[in-house]
Amino acid sequence: MRSQVEGSQAVARAVTLCRPQVIAAYPISPQTHIVESLSDRVRTGELAGCEYLMVESEFGAMSACIGASGAGARAYTATSSQGLLFMAEALFNASGLGLPVVMTVANRAIGAPINIWNDHSDAMAMRDSGWIQLYAESNQEAVDLHVQAFRLAESLSVPVMVCMDGFVLTHAFEEVDLPTQEQVDAFLPPLVPRQLLDPDEPVTIGAMVGPEAFAEVKYLMHVKQMAALDEIPVIAREFEAAFGRSSGGLLRPYRLEDAETVVVALGSVLGTIQDVVDAMRDDGVSVGALGIGCFRPWPVGEVREALQNANRVVVVEKAFAVGAGGIVGQNVRDATRRQPVEVYDVVAGLGGRPITRASLRALLDDVLGGRVDPGRLHFMDLDLELVQRELERSRHGERPGPHAENMLRDLGTVASGAYE
Amino acid sequence: MPYQEIKLYQTGTFVAGNRLLEPEQRSVQARTGRSNSITSGHRACRGCGEALGARYVLDAAMRATGGKVVAVNSTGCLEVFSTPYPESSWQLPWLHSLFGNGPAVAAGVAAALRARGRDDIRVVGQAGDGGTVDIGFGTLSGMFERNDDVLFVCYDNEGYMNTGVQRSGATPPAAITANTKALGQTPGNAFGQGKSVPLIAMAHEIPYVATATVAELRDLEYKVEKAMTFRGARYLHVFVPCPLGWGADSADTVRLARLSKETGLFPVFEAEAGEVTEVSRIRRQVPVEEYLRPQRRYAHLFGDHPRPDIVARLQARADRNIARFGLLPEGDE
Ligand SMILES: Cc1ncc(C[n+]2csc(CCOP(=O)(O)OP(=O)(O)O)c2C)c(N)n1
Ligand code: SF4
Ligand SMILES: [Mg+2]
Repeated sequence: MRSQVEGSQAVARAVTLCRPQVIAAYPISPQTHIVESLSDRVRTGELAGCEYLMVESEFGAMSACIGASGAGARAYTATSSQGLLFMAEALFNASGLGLPVVMTVANRAIGAPINIWNDHSDAMAMRDSGWIQLYAESNQEAVDLHVQAFRLAESLSVPVMVCMDGFVLTHAFEEVDLPTQEQVDAFLPPLVPRQLLDPDEPVTIGAMVGPEAFAEVKYLMHVKQMAALDEIPVIAREFEAAFGRSSGGLLRPYRLEDAETVVVALGSVLGTIQDVVDAMRDDGVSVGALGIGCFRPWPVGEVREALQNANRVVVVEKAFAVGAGGIVGQNVRDATRRQPVEVYDVVAGLGGRPITRASLRALLDDVLGGRVDPGRLHFMDLDLELVQRELERSRHGERPGPHAENMLRDLGTVASGAYE
Repeated sequence: MPYQEIKLYQTGTFVAGNRLLEPEQRSVQARTGRSNSITSGHRACRGCGEALGARYVLDAAMRATGGKVVAVNSTGCLEVFSTPYPESSWQLPWLHSLFGNGPAVAAGVAAALRARGRDDIRVVGQAGDGGTVDIGFGTLSGMFERNDDVLFVCYDNEGYMNTGVQRSGATPPAAITANTKALGQTPGNAFGQGKSVPLIAMAHEIPYVATATVAELRDLEYKVEKAMTFRGARYLHVFVPCPLGWGADSADTVRLARLSKETGLFPVFEAEAGEVTEVSRIRRQVPVEEYLRPQRRYAHLFGDHPRPDIVARLQARADRNIARFGLLPEGDE
């Protein structure tokens, strides 16, 4: 059914249709509307047979999901930013134990400085946690990815994160086609746990493993993620057959055929990028875009194939590895390493800074004009002068004071608008 | 076979031998049908109080529930000595996740069982003192506050034993650990306010809180069985000597556990909904010195440079417990 609905409400409805049996969550902006809505749905009985645990922290939330999953329940949580990092230890544990927990990550920046707005620093920091990471481009896709995520998680017994841009998607009202309960039930069978805490057949879960088998257990995690590269497209095809629309999958190519320059990105910014691609195509420039729908596992072969005809790849990402460079860029470089292609790492949209068509167009014009050094990390729309002034202050004076406050004062900003 | 006279030993334990009891009153451990939840062959040190306590707790819980228990374990000695893959000692469904999340994992298990309509299966969470009073404290308090249907058991050996005997929030003042050595002006662990998680648990007004020691194992079993008659969050704090960490003789585990109670240093009581309902009185009060002397972690109080002042402060702690909980034998108050 098509309806005009807030992204968070749409996701909460989609999760409800997936019939989770245990939800454990802790509030953090911009995830709050999702878990508030789920709490309502459990209370009204719309989501029947579900236990909702109001835990004391995100660490508790993921831990409760681990216990619930081990005891044979379909378990779900949602978080953002600081909350995701607060779960870090439990994330690795859930994946190491092979528990099919599903989690929404409403992507938000990581402090300090504290900032509630969107970027991908949170999910990217957890990219090696052993969770599958799917990135939604729109609210429709966020809805569809949740339905697919439970299938995927349970078919391989691995945890899956559905990443959606905080505020940009979670708080946006747009038209979404919400599936019916019958459709979802037909697509997503009840959970059949691979391991179960059952007094009739007692098992030990979470035993200590020494050097004799540790590498093998870890390798098995890798094997399962590699299997996900096959499974994700199968599930996406089945989803399309059942629901009548294409959603999910590993990659989203856009006007890639014959494109000499390709912009690679994740999440909601792809819409803006496609607009820029269209405009440049109209101007006769041969550009295309490649959306990464699944970042973990990294579809190295598929990315290589998608980029085989490109000679310039511009990776626009909302996070970076401080002191090293791009994160998605590194992975793209790995995928294209035997190809004669130049990969540009561009950091954009940190802490909610808008990524505009004008900026993207200017960036691509600069790349095509040879004005961007591919050997260096590039920051889109960076106020370099502001940085220089702070560096200057640091060189002089014994106690230049806190960076963020100094820089805000320079800008004349009174408050950054952050609230918790 | 020549006639042999049967000797009745006076063990000094105040504990009546099983065979003098009615079968119904006998210890779970004395029954052929005991579940052996943690079976033999694990790697605990000789005389490990934690292994002893866990054995009694889980078998009693199994008996109370007709064998329907799921155990959740935090990281620590109990988890490590019982599991090196693939030699699990656990004969009941058992899940270990992390050091600081046992109570939350247990709450998740309980929620799943409820959602699946299987709340005939009960959940026992267990951790050392570190996993309970320190790193797991937030998740424990959350579990209490929500009144999740979990019995959480702390095996208190007064230190981080698994990582080589460091201080925890449950380490008593003056005790030597690997990071509170007998160096400087205040040898051993500092004197502080202490952190009584049983009292903190009571402040959450959960249905049942109890303390016990591995000296009175029938009392321990009784408290587990009683805990299983309640629904909601329950907390059991068991005093379990650690021969390795305390520098004590393996044969002294039960004796030290008894002395901890008989000195007043470890009050043994039960509480329901935030009120103390039962106190296990001291039978024969002993000065703390008798408890401290057999332990190398207190040797610096008695050597060439004895510290009677510190012993007196420890005695004052015991006296405060005695007064606070009314621990003296009936008629001695
Ligand atoms: C997050 C984290 N920090 C530290 C450790 C290291 N560690 C493992 S067990 C342990 C101490 C356990 O102490 P306690 O809970 O009292 O159990 P015991 O071994 O004494 O029975 C520590 C510090 C860990 N595993 N995880
Ligand atoms: S170190 Fe202490 S707690 Fe650990 S196994 Fe040995 S005696 Fe038991
Ligand atoms: Mg300990």
